[in-house]
Amino acid sequence: MDGLASEVLDLTLEHLWLVLISMMVACVVGITGGILLTRRPPWRRWVLGLANIMQTVPSLALFGFLIPVPFIGGIGKHTAILALVLYALLPILRNTLAGILGVDRAVRESAVAMGMTERQLLLEVELPLASRTILAGVRVATVTTIGTATIAAAIGGGGLGVFIFRGLASVDTTLILAGAIPAAVIALLADGGLGWIERKFSAV
Amino acid sequence: MNSVVSFQHVSYRIGNRQLLQDLSFDLHGGETLVLLGRSGSGKTTALKMVNRLLQPTGGQVLVEGIPTTSWDPIRLRRRIGYVIQDVGLFPHFTIADNVGLVPRLEGWPPAAVQERTQTLLAQVGLPSVQFAGRYPRELSGGQRQRVGVARALAADPPLLLFDEPFGALDPVTRVELQQQFLALRREFSKTALFVTHDVREALLLGSRIGLLHNGQLDLLATPDEFRRASTPEARAFLACLDVKTEG
Repeated sequence: MDGLASEVLDLTLEHLWLVLISMMVACVVGITGGILLTRRPPWRRWVLGLANIMQTVPSLALFGFLIPVPFIGGIGKHTAILALVLYALLPILRNTLAGILGVDRAVRESAVAMGMTERQLLLEVELPLASRTILAGVRVATVTTIGTATIAAAIGGGGLGVFIFRGLASVDTTLILAGAIPAAVIALLADGGLGWIERKFSAV
Repeated sequence: MNSVVSFQHVSYRIGNRQLLQDLSFDLHGGETLVLLGRSGSGKTTALKMVNRLLQPTGGQVLVEGIPTTSWDPIRLRRRIGYVIQDVGLFPHFTIADNVGLVPRLEGWPPAAVQERTQTLLAQVGLPSVQFAGRYPRELSGGQRQRVGVARALAADPPLLLFDEPFGALDPVTRVELQQQFLALRREFSKTALFVTHDVREALLLGSRIGLLHNGQLDLLATPDEFRRASTPEARAFLACLDVKTEG
């Protein structure tokens, strides 16, 4: 049982690593993209449509589709991370857009009329006021990613999915649980932690 | 007389709606010109052209002799105070930070910003010790609009724009703020363009009244002249005065 325990720890850390890297990339791309979309209304339909389609592709299939893609695809972690990023993108993108567009019209008009530059408007008014909504998107994306990351094992990405797939293959419930329980615990902790940060922001 | 703002044959159309048509008038230094009109008469549209929130589709608006389109919009706006009905205070800024915004953006040293903020809050009747650290949601509508006025005055702009600033307030607070407006005007002698649909307010606050009707200037007159005016639209507004006194 000692062997299993240390493997659980290793795979949990690997799982966390996958989620962390994916979420960092997804946040940078999603928030930047969301900000750009607030400035480019005609692009919104296309970008959000594409991100929506990404979400509808079954996750196992998406991982599979990426394997034969040259350069960015193949077997291993980077392909898994790419797939996780694609999944996490939509909620972050959509919430960034909604949060910024949701800023009170009078507040935005005042900011412009007071002579704020585009940059000041974004950094001092729009992003702070949208932060709660953006964080809510990050939270949803993180919890989803923690679950979806178990599928990374199917294309050699590692993580807690390794247990689950091994357990499925050998019809061993203990092994499946060894993957599923830590993943669920991480998801709950992440949800709680990010929810706490969100509430801290709502005090403003 | 020197004109601070000059509208020269200004038109504005959006799609096939003509919101302003061939609007020409001058705003002189030190006066309060009130643009009076019904909803949709184009008065807010005209106001927003002064600080270039909108640009004319025909003609031009000159501020201090220079067309708004030739001004750097940031420089232009920081020289013009702006007060709107919905106030638009930043909910995540304290009252002091809201009032000190433009001075801070202009790079004043923090001590100067703080001093200026305290002076202004006192002038609009909100003592700094009590209000500086609060947030907008902790204030009443009337208090918020006082902060809005203080914010507009903060960097001592030569020109002020008011877009129905007292429209959302209860009648008692409204009269208080109108009186305060008159007091501040005596003190600072700023040039102001003031938009309202309330003829009473126009007569009380305006040195001149510009009556807008369907995007055109129907009449430009002093309050005394306005009371004797004979255009149908002016009569319609003056009739409101009689109705209200019955109340």
